[in-house]
Amino acid sequence: MAGASGLGTGPGAAGGDGDDSLYPIAVLIDELRNEDVQLRLNSIKKLSTIALALGVERTRSELLPFLTDTIYDEDEVLLALAEQLGNFTGLVGGPDFAHCLLPPLENLATVEETVVRDKAVESLRQISQEHTPVALEAYFVPLVKRLASGDWFTSRTSACSLFSVCYPRASNAVKAEIRQQFRSLCSDDTPMVRRAAASKLGEFAKVLELDSVKSEIVPLFTNLASDEQDSVRLLAVEACVSIAQLLSQDDLETLVMPTLRQAVEDKSWRVRYMVADKFSELQKAMGPKITLNDLIPAFQNLLKDCEAEVRAAAAHKVKELGENLPIEDRETIIMNQILPYIKELVSDTNPHVKSALASVIMGLSTILGKENTIEHLLPLFLAQLKDECPEVRLNIISNLDCVNEVIGIRQLSQSLLPAIVELAEDAKWRVRLAIIEYMPLLAGQLGVEFFDEKLNSLCMAWLVDHVYAIREAATNNLMKLVQKFGTEWAQNTIVPKVLVMANDPNYLHRMTTLFCINALSEACGQEITTKQMLPIVLKMAGDQVANVRFNVAKSLQKIGPILDTNALQGEVKPVLQKLGQDEDMDVKYFAQEAISVLALA
Amino acid sequence: MSSSSPPAGAASAAISASEKVDGFTRKSVRKAQRQKRSQGSSQFRSQGSQAELHPLPQLKDATSNEQQDLFCQKLQQCCILFDFMDSVSDLKSKEIKRATLNELVEYVSTNRGVIVESAYSDIVKMISANIFRTLPPSDNPDFDPEEDEPTLEASWPHIQLVYEFFLRFLESPDFQPSIAKRYIDQKFVQQLLELFDSEDPRERDFLKTVLHRIYGKFLGLRAFIRKQINNIFLSSNYLTLPLPFFPSSIINGFALPLKAEHKQFLMKVLIPMHTAKGLALFHAQLAYCVVQFLEKDTTLTEPVIRGLLKFWPKTCSQKEVMFLGEIEEILDVIEPTQFKKIEEPLFKQISKCVSSSHFQVAERALYFWNNEYILSLIEENIDKILPIMFASLYKISKEHWNPTIVALVYNVLKTLMEMNGKLFDDLTSSYKAERQREKKKELEREELWKKLEELKLKKALEKQNSAYNMHSILSNTSAE
Repeated sequence: MAGASGLGTGPGAAGGDGDDSLYPIAVLIDELRNEDVQLRLNSIKKLSTIALALGVERTRSELLPFLTDTIYDEDEVLLALAEQLGNFTGLVGGPDFAHCLLPPLENLATVEETVVRDKAVESLRQISQEHTPVALEAYFVPLVKRLASGDWFTSRTSACSLFSVCYPRASNAVKAEIRQQFRSLCSDDTPMVRRAAASKLGEFAKVLELDSVKSEIVPLFTNLASDEQDSVRLLAVEACVSIAQLLSQDDLETLVMPTLRQAVEDKSWRVRYMVADKFSELQKAMGPKITLNDLIPAFQNLLKDCEAEVRAAAAHKVKELGENLPIEDRETIIMNQILPYIKELVSDTNPHVKSALASVIMGLSTILGKENTIEHLLPLFLAQLKDECPEVRLNIISNLDCVNEVIGIRQLSQSLLPAIVELAEDAKWRVRLAIIEYMPLLAGQLGVEFFDEKLNSLCMAWLVDHVYAIREAATNNLMKLVQKFGTEWAQNTIVPKVLVMANDPNYLHRMTTLFCINALSEACGQEITTKQMLPIVLKMAGDQVANVRFNVAKSLQKIGPILDTNALQGEVKPVLQKLGQDEDMDVKYFAQEAISVLALA
Repeated sequence: MSSSSPPAGAASAAISASEKVDGFTRKSVRKAQRQKRSQGSSQFRSQGSQAELHPLPQLKDATSNEQQDLFCQKLQQCCILFDFMDSVSDLKSKEIKRATLNELVEYVSTNRGVIVESAYSDIVKMISANIFRTLPPSDNPDFDPEEDEPTLEASWPHIQLVYEFFLRFLESPDFQPSIAKRYIDQKFVQQLLELFDSEDPRERDFLKTVLHRIYGKFLGLRAFIRKQINNIFLSSNYLTLPLPFFPSSIINGFALPLKAEHKQFLMKVLIPMHTAKGLALFHAQLAYCVVQFLEKDTTLTEPVIRGLLKFWPKTCSQKEVMFLGEIEEILDVIEPTQFKKIEEPLFKQISKCVSSSHFQVAERALYFWNNEYILSLIEENIDKILPIMFASLYKISKEHWNPTIVALVYNVLKTLMEMNGKLFDDLTSSYKAERQREKKKELEREELWKKLEELKLKKALEKQNSAYNMHSILSNTSAE
C-alpha cells in the first residue's frame, strides 16, 4: 500500500530529537492496519495525533495516500475516518491544502453504508468552506460532478448534499452546470437518489438566484411532489417550506399552492402526515392570507383525517397554529374554525390522538382568554382528566401551569384530585413515575394547605411502592417539596413519617429511610439532621441486613459535611470504625470510603 | 437475600421481586392482546356508504352468447369495495361479492376459452381495484416478524379470492402474455411491489407467487422487476422491514457468464442483507441464493467470503452460528484454488469463533472438522492453517468452561497433529515465546502512543506560547 514503502524500521528506532519526523510512518501505519479491529479503530480515532507526529508535509504526501486506499475496511473504522478528516485542514497545512483531503473523502462518500457516507458528506461540507474560491472550482466542484455522475446510486445521493455548499462561491458558468446536474438528479432513475435530491431541494433553493428558483426549482418541486413513490413526495413537503420563504405572495399562489393543495389530499397517509407535521412552518412561510384561505380548511381536514397518525400530528400543532395567527383574528378563527374539530378529537377512538391533543390543548387558554377558557375549554380539560387512557390525563396535568395563569387552578382542583389519585395508583409504574414528577409543580400551584390535606398521604405511600424507581423518585420528590414549603413544614409533616420507617420489618423500606435522609438532610439543615436524623442512622448501623449497613455508611458519608465536628468525632467516627470491621466486604468497603472522605482516619 | 450481595444487587433485586406483583404488562401479555388486530385499507375508510349489490344470474345458467357479457358484468360488480372494519355493515352485499368471486375463480379455472381478448381489461381492472390500496400505518413500527403477531388484513375474505382469481388467470392455458402486457405493465408491477409492505403473511405469500408468475411470463418486465427489487432492497435499511421475498428462482435463470448487473446484485444486495435484523427468518434461503451464485461462477468465492467476513456478527451469537453454517455450505462447493485465496482471513475468523465463550458458536465452528471435504482442504493447506488455529485451540483446550467444547477441541487438535506432527510440535514449544512476544508488542504499542500523546501536548503548548507571544508583542507595540 502507498506510503508504507521502505521505511520498515521498528519502534525502537525512533530518535528523541522531537522534530516532525520523529516517528517512522511505517510504525504509525502498522497501527492503522492492526489486525484487531478495535486497535485499528483506536488508532483512527487518534489520527490527528499521528498526523501531528508526521508533520504537514508527510501527512499530505504519505498518510493521505494511504488513507485513500483504506476504504476496504470495516464500516466502523471508516466512520471514524470520515469524521476525523473533517477537522484535518490544520494538519495538512491550512486552507491552501484543504483539497488534499478530498480524495479519501470522495471514496468514503461512495461506500454502501449510509452512516459512513453521511459522515463523509458532512466532512466534505465542512471542508468546502475552507477552500479558496479558486480551489473550490479547481478541486471541489469537479469532485461533486464526479459523484453526481457516478454509476452506483450511493455516489449520486452523496452529491445531492454538496451542490448547495459550492454554488454560492462558484462562477456563473459553473453555477449553470451545477444547476443542470441537480436537475438531472431530481429525475434520477432510482428512488434513492430522487429522495436525496428532494431532501436537499429546499436547501439548494435558498442559495439560488430568485429567477432560477422560479424557473428551475419550482418545476423540480412540482415534479418531485407528484413522484410515483410516496417517500419522495413527502420530502417535497419539507422543501415546500423553504421554497415558500423565498417567493412573493402572488408567486406562492400560482407556483406553490396548487402542489401543496394536492399534498393535503394525497392518497398516501405519509404525505398527509408530513403536511400536518410541518404545518407551523408552512403557516409561517405562506403568510396570513393563504393561511386563512387555504391552510385553515386544510388543517380542518387533517384534524378529521381517516388515519390516526395524521390526526395526532395535526392535533400536536393546534397550539402553534393559534400562536402563529395574527393577534387580532386569533380568537375568532380558533373559536369558529378550529374548536369544533377539537371538541371531536377529545373523544377520538385513538389514544395517541387524544394524548397528542392533551399535550397542547391547555396552551390555547392563553390565546382564548379567561371567559372562553372557562366556557369552552374547561369542559374539555375536565373530560380529558377523566379519560380512560392515563397518558391523556398525565398530559393535562403536566401542562396545568398554562391554565393556572389564565383562570387559576382552583377551577380544576375538584376534578384534578380524583385524576391525580387514580394516576398515583395506576398499575403501570411508569405512569406513577410520571405523576410523581409533577408533584412539586402541583404543590406549588395548589398551595401547602390543599397539599397537606389531599396529596401528602400519596407522597408518603410512594415511599413504600414495590418498584424501586418509584421509591427513588418519591425520595427526590420529598426533597423538592421541602425546598418549596420550608424546613418547618418538613420537620412537622415529613421527617417523623420517614423516620418511623426505620423500624419497618421490610429491609427495603428501612433503606428508603436512609435514601430519604440522604436527600433531605441538606434541605433540612444542620439542626434537624443532627438531632432527628443522625440518631436513627446510627442506630441502623446494627441492622442485620448487610445492604442496610453499607447504606448507613454511605448515608454517613453523605450527611457528614452537614454535621459539626463534635457529632462527627464523637458519634459518627466510632460507628464507621465498627462498620469498617464488619464481616461483609461491601459494608467494610463503604465504611472505609466514608472514613477517608470525611477525613476521620 | 445474601448478606454479601454487591451494592447494585440491592436495587435490581428490589425490582425483580416487585415485578411479580407490579401490574406493568410484560411483553408477552401485550402481545396476547395484539393478536386479534386487523387493519383495513387506508383510502377506503373515507368513502361514504356503498351501493348495494344485487345478485346476477349464475354464469353456468347463461347461454354461451350471454356468458361473456355476464362475466364482464360480474367483474365490474366485484370492483366495488366494502368496509370490513365495520363487521355489521353491508352484510348482504359482502356475501354477494364473495359468492361472485368464488364463481369467477371457478369459471376461469374449469372452463377453456373464456379468457378472451376483450375480457383482459375488465379482469385487470377488477384485480387492481381490489388489491391496490394504500396500506395504513403500522401499529407497531418496530415490527419484528419473528416475535410479533402481524396485523391481518381485514378484507381478507374478499382479497384472498381476488388473489386466487389472479393466479388462476395467470396460470390459465388460455392466458396470453402478449395481450396482457397492455394492462400488466410497469406501473402495475410497481403497485404490486408496494404491497409487500403488508404485514399479513397470507398476502405476502400470494404476492410472492404472483410476482414469480409475472416474472416468468412477461419477459419484457424482467429487467424492470429486478431493478425495482434492487431498489426496494437498497432503500430499506433491512433493520425494520421484513424482506419481501427471495429471488432464488430468478437467480437460477441467470445465464452464463453472469452479467455485471447480476454480480452487483450479489455483492451489493445479497451480501449486505446478512446484516438484517430478522436474518433468522430467511437465512436458509439467502445462503441458498449465495451458493447458487458460487456454483454458477466460482471466481465470486473470494469477494463473497470477504464480504461475509466484513459483516461478521459482533454481538449476536445466534447470527454467528448462521454465518458459520453458510460458510460451511460455501466450503462444501469451493474449489481448492479458491480456497487458497481466502484461507488466511477465513481461518482467522474461524479461530476466533472456535474460542468463543458462547459454546454454540464454538461448537458450530468445531463441527467443520467433521466435514470430510473441509478436512481434506485443511490437510492440503496445513502449513498455513495450523499456525493460525493453533494458539486459540491450545488456549481453549485448557480454559473453556464447557466440557463438550474441550472434548471437541481435543479431537481437533489430535486431527491436526496427525496432519503435520512436526509443525505441531514446533508450535507447541514456541507457544510461550509467542505469547511473550505478543505481550512485548503490546507494551511497545502503549509506549508509542504515550510518546505521541506527549508530542501532541508539547505542540499544543508551543502553539499556545506562540499565541501568547504574539499577543504580548501586539500589546507591547500598542503600549508604545
